[in-house]
Amino acid sequence: MDVKLLDAQASVEERVAVDLVLGAPRSPWEGGARGAHRDYHTASGGAEKRAERTMLLPALRALQEHVGWVSEGGLNYVCERLDVPPAEAWGVATFYALLATTPRPRRVVHVCDDIACRMKGATALVAACEQHHGAPVTHAPPGHAVALSSDQAAWCTSPCLGLCDQAPAALVTEAGPVVQERLLGRLAPRRLHALLEGGPLETDASAEPDMPQRGEAGLTLLARVGTVDPTSLAAYRGAGGYAALTRAVALGAAGVIAELVASRLAGRGGAAFPTGRKWEAVAKQPPGPRYVVCNADESEPGTFKDRVLLTHDPFAIVEAMTIAAFATGATRGFLYVRGEYPLAATRIGHAITQARAAGLLGANVGGHGFAFDIEVRRGAGAYICGEETALFESIAGRRGEPRNKPPFPVEHGLFGAPTVANNVETLANVLPILLQGGATYAQTGSGMSTGTRLWCLSGAVARPGVYEAPMTITLAELIARAGGVAGGRGIKAVLLGGAAAPFVGPDQLGMTLSFEGARAAGASLGSGVVMVFDETADLEDAVLRIAAFFRDESCGQCVPCRVGTVRQEEALHRLAKRAPIGSVADEHALLAEIGQAMKDGSICGLGQTAHAAVESAIAKFGLFAGRSA
Amino acid sequence: MFGAGGGTSSYREVEDADVVFLWGSNAREAHPIWFHHLLKGIRHHGTRLYVMDPRRTTSAQWADRWLGLRVGSDIALANAMAREIIHAGLAHRDFIARATEGFEAYAGAVESYTLEWAEPVTGIPADVIREAAHAFAKADRAMICWTLGITEHHNAVENVLALINLCLLCGHVGRWGSGANPLRGQNNVQGGGDMGAIPNKLPGFQDIELDFGARERFAKAWGTPISPKAGWNLTQMFHAMERGALSALYVIGENPAQSDADAHRIGDLLDGLEHLVVQEIFLTKTAQYADVVLPAAATWCEGDGTVTNSERRVQRVKAAVKPPAGARDELHIIADLARRLGRDWGTPTGESVWNEFRALAPHFAGGMSYARLEALGGIQWPCPDESHPGTTFLHGRLWEEPRGGKAAPFSVVHHDPPWEARDPQFPFLLTTGRRLESYNTGVQSSGYPSPLHRGETLDISPEDAAKLGIGDGDLVRVTSRRGSVEVPARIDRALRANLVFMTLHFPDDVATNLLTIDVADPRSGTAEFKACAVRVEPAFAPHPVGA
Amino acid sequence: MTPLVQLARPRRAAGPMVACTINGQPVEVEQGTTILAAAKTIGVRVPTLCLLETLTPVNACRLCVVEVKGARVLAPACARAVEACMEIATDSPRVHLTRKLVLEMLASSVDLSAAPDLVALLDEYGARPGRFGPKAPAAPAGARHAAIAGHHEPPDVRYAATVAEPPTVDNELYVRDYAKCVLCYKCVEACGTDHQNTFAIAVAGRGFDAHISTELAVPLPDSACVYCGNCIAVCPTGALVGRREYDLRAEGNWHPEAQSATDTICPYCGVGCTLTLHVQDGEIVKATSPMDNTITMGNLCLKGRFGWRFVQSTEGR
Repeated sequence: MDVKLLDAQASVEERVAVDLVLGAPRSPWEGGARGAHRDYHTASGGAEKRAERTMLLPALRALQEHVGWVSEGGLNYVCERLDVPPAEAWGVATFYALLATTPRPRRVVHVCDDIACRMKGATALVAACEQHHGAPVTHAPPGHAVALSSDQAAWCTSPCLGLCDQAPAALVTEAGPVVQERLLGRLAPRRLHALLEGGPLETDASAEPDMPQRGEAGLTLLARVGTVDPTSLAAYRGAGGYAALTRAVALGAAGVIAELVASRLAGRGGAAFPTGRKWEAVAKQPPGPRYVVCNADESEPGTFKDRVLLTHDPFAIVEAMTIAAFATGATRGFLYVRGEYPLAATRIGHAITQARAAGLLGANVGGHGFAFDIEVRRGAGAYICGEETALFESIAGRRGEPRNKPPFPVEHGLFGAPTVANNVETLANVLPILLQGGATYAQTGSGMSTGTRLWCLSGAVARPGVYEAPMTITLAELIARAGGVAGGRGIKAVLLGGAAAPFVGPDQLGMTLSFEGARAAGASLGSGVVMVFDETADLEDAVLRIAAFFRDESCGQCVPCRVGTVRQEEALHRLAKRAPIGSVADEHALLAEIGQAMKDGSICGLGQTAHAAVESAIAKFGLFAGRSA
Repeated sequence: MFGAGGGTSSYREVEDADVVFLWGSNAREAHPIWFHHLLKGIRHHGTRLYVMDPRRTTSAQWADRWLGLRVGSDIALANAMAREIIHAGLAHRDFIARATEGFEAYAGAVESYTLEWAEPVTGIPADVIREAAHAFAKADRAMICWTLGITEHHNAVENVLALINLCLLCGHVGRWGSGANPLRGQNNVQGGGDMGAIPNKLPGFQDIELDFGARERFAKAWGTPISPKAGWNLTQMFHAMERGALSALYVIGENPAQSDADAHRIGDLLDGLEHLVVQEIFLTKTAQYADVVLPAAATWCEGDGTVTNSERRVQRVKAAVKPPAGARDELHIIADLARRLGRDWGTPTGESVWNEFRALAPHFAGGMSYARLEALGGIQWPCPDESHPGTTFLHGRLWEEPRGGKAAPFSVVHHDPPWEARDPQFPFLLTTGRRLESYNTGVQSSGYPSPLHRGETLDISPEDAAKLGIGDGDLVRVTSRRGSVEVPARIDRALRANLVFMTLHFPDDVATNLLTIDVADPRSGTAEFKACAVRVEPAFAPHPVGA
Repeated sequence: MTPLVQLARPRRAAGPMVACTINGQPVEVEQGTTILAAAKTIGVRVPTLCLLETLTPVNACRLCVVEVKGARVLAPACARAVEACMEIATDSPRVHLTRKLVLEMLASSVDLSAAPDLVALLDEYGARPGRFGPKAPAAPAGARHAAIAGHHEPPDVRYAATVAEPPTVDNELYVRDYAKCVLCYKCVEACGTDHQNTFAIAVAGRGFDAHISTELAVPLPDSACVYCGNCIAVCPTGALVGRREYDLRAEGNWHPEAQSATDTICPYCGVGCTLTLHVQDGEIVKATSPMDNTITMGNLCLKGRFGWRFVQSTEGR
């Protein structure tokens, strides 16, 4: 492409950072020096070169990780290396919350102020930061972004970091030759202050499995979590690892799919699509490249189960992806993990490396005569990339903007090719299905709701964490298993399924947590979020935060969501400030229309569900009904 | 090609081609909207693009492979590819047997053009030549498109023939998506040829020397005998002036004082004419030499007529605005001139002239009435009658069974480097070309402002700039055996050492054609603008900063 | 005269036909036909904004949504293909509500004063953009570019947020007035893969702060822009206009109804692009190319789009 670069030059540090992920330049036309005869008489480009754009996000991330921000020179160098037009790269860089395009100090503390953390004092933490450390780094007025010295630290707020059971949480990123990233929980103002003063970084909070059921018998998905060394392939194999792959090869591709269909496994990411049918659809596509994508961009507020699996049972996910590839004929897989999970990314990367070294990934997987390998992609702060088509766009090096469906990913997925996209937990279920047989697996639960699920308990419960339970359990039983509400207080509401799902009232605790039970109750299981609000909770505050979340996370592509999330938040703030336009009833009617248009008119699930929690909160709890000022 | 004076294919076809050779053309800048069609092929069809150009131009940056050949080594490259194709068994034997003639002689002629020989001559690594040759030969549909990088050489016609040979060798002609196409540099250079503005052709490419019937037809229609003798091309005219055989000249819409090679010499010759008439829309440099200037309307928007584009499409031009006071319709000027010379042509209109042409070249344009041109958005010739839709691509006849018409001949052509080579006194090779925002001698394109307008520069490789100790914007003196100019330097990585580049766009500021060499192809009359030897030296700024 | 090989352009075989109903009326179309195209065959009009026949549908505006019986959400008629037995309603109450809201959302956040077609639709759908409150004042230049993804200020309850900002005038050829931008993506597509492939502009930022931008919001002369103006040609709301049009509008002297449009051929290279010259008071004020022209698809290069000025040059003619 005839890419026109800017004049700015990358620093040595920036070049080193980018070269770490892209390798050294192979020709003078992509940033190298010229001198060889060949350099002056031939150059390659075209489709092959354009395919390298999938490395755009990793390259931009490298700048962020090692330098602390994406400078003009850094951006320019990435564009030169990958032959990407700077305007396009800029569009991508400015899409992600974790990529800074103005100078930042090397250490930045991202303080979660989302709903679960707000119940545990996040608002006070943010106020303390503001008081002692000034405005957040994201607040620099235009044109006044001051280059801060590298020994200072800065802070900003963050949407849910997926550490809700250890709320309040923060993510600390520290740029440098050796990248430091830590997810930290149970933050007190004093610790936060020390971090912002340059104090030492502690162990990542997700290193210990947040699993109150540890050691319990009868666990399936969590059987190895906390009991088997997640960094050792030998330990994994010793605990039954890779038996499922052996079984899969014995069954053959069609046999694997038959078992999956028999199991009636439904996707655990939120949409609950039958996994067997998905694999079958991809396997049936005409010959050509196809892909397996593991969606580990777990960003739904209140969700942290996939992090636990990735961090503490990573080989299981690698094995399950390998089986998916075997069953569908894919040779290339991608695992896209959210940028806020540094340890999970490290662990899964390590597992892939070990598997590759052992011949369990590569040209001849396990000697079984098929090829497959996995690349890890880290997100960079965009909830929307959890939407599968947005995730494909992100992997391809473009803005994470969802596509219209149909066509569905099984026909037109990653790089336009047929793609199996599964959530982490869904993949984890593939192993027991193959080992037990699909029919046996389906004996747990009923209808579409077979097998066990992981539930993310947070908020006011006594023992928050990830719980495994079959979908025959009731909401009350599940909350009881987590020790009930701390302090013996009553339940005001439960956010079931995530911020994209409706609130559930105390009258609905008897609901069975199956797809069928939830549907009957007008609720959604979503990604397994069970966030409990006790009677002291400020639900209006939570609803305002949810509205702000969707306004922040809308990709901006379609009008109903781009403007609707703004208009929804504005109306809620007018109601909260007792300053309605017209009557309160007018505002409620307006909100209902906005909500309907977002639900009916948006391209993807984000806009379609951005009103769900608001609507239920108003309907069930009579929120924002307040007197006019 | 094979008797037809135009490109074989339609623009739309390039979108379906599997392989495109863009040879000696920076179409991204010189033919931007044609390049859109190519981009559609690249984006949607998966067209593989090979660009042959000494510079890594913006077009070359789109290529799957850039072949940065040495200036003037085109035949060496084409013949080496041909030999490789033949030896690899990739020649289209079936097509060659039934549709062509002269293959054995051709195969024999290219036999010595081995890859090993071609690598040092063209500069291109042998494996790259091989890969391009194989891709072209194996493609289902492949096309070669070229412009002035092929034709502005002293052996222009042989260059073209070398490319046509490749198409014949692989059967890439006469089918949708396959063909050989010159992209025309001006909006009516094709139309000028169509209308007979070629020394040896009557309108409709009817041969003035060989086609007795055509001569008779024209003689009858025009009421005057037609001399069966070809006229002079522009280069031959200047030679004729030089020896005193040509003393009066009528120039319409051409600016040879600035557009032709070796401008010092051209100026002297124009000056030495007994009588010079220039019909123009501006008082150009050439017009300034004139005894009589005839101010003309700009026909494309102030007049009425047709032009023909690079896909042989005849298109209507129409008046949108009135010409400025004193400027007259070109047909009226010509008719008045005829009247003064004793012939009354009445008051011809664009349409009446066109209809006369249709009547005299019926196989070519008989079906192209103004009404049809309007209704169909232009028609591609040939279009013999009013039920004919026009011709998308030429030479489908070669594939018919039995073959329609004459066999297509291979032509034996051999490598013949540029007239001037670099030497210790003139160690750089200057090549010339076009830039996106400008056009020819700038008569039209200097009339609008744009951020891309940056005036003339000498583009030079970073390596040479460093050696000469010059930076971006530094004034340099460029000298050839014919003249010398001062121009700011611009460092450009698209160039390699010893190769420098200029345009002809700003002759009032930098008269590039004082440098160029007037050795021309004897058949086409085009001078070797693409290669002359120069010297480059830093120059002192004539006006020191602050003065 | 049987050719040895297929000579002509390869044609796609006609696909099977599928039958559906649109507003109760049976329609049969070739498989792959969009709902929009199917509706057109029976004279049913569906409004569109971000669609242009020469560009890939992005279905971002959601103005063309229709109701497909049994579907959870509405479908964009411009991109959704007809499937067998679909029962489609193009103007049901649900459809009407979403379109009205889309129009209100746009009119409350964008200056639609140069988009008369959209303004007419507002009336047709009874849209009342004022329901969201008075429009917020324009942001200072550069402020919208500086917004950081995932972060925003709490809403100012006095106003409805807008995209208003001062026009960007940074070159002689055209003006970018992003207060009028509905983010239909047409300019990005025309500058990008659909036509020009220059990629001087892209969507930057996220959510409501998403906007069209060069890299680092540099002025156009520092960007990759080649001034083909193919973005201007597709802009539906007057956010991108030629400098001459912008100046005449500012003087109150822009009168499209008094302009003539004449098709001729560009006077530059030999491609033969059709130029439509728009003439007002004997002066060429704009050049475009017809969208259905097989050579240009409505596109030009900068010489065609702006290079006609020499004919009205006062010097030398």
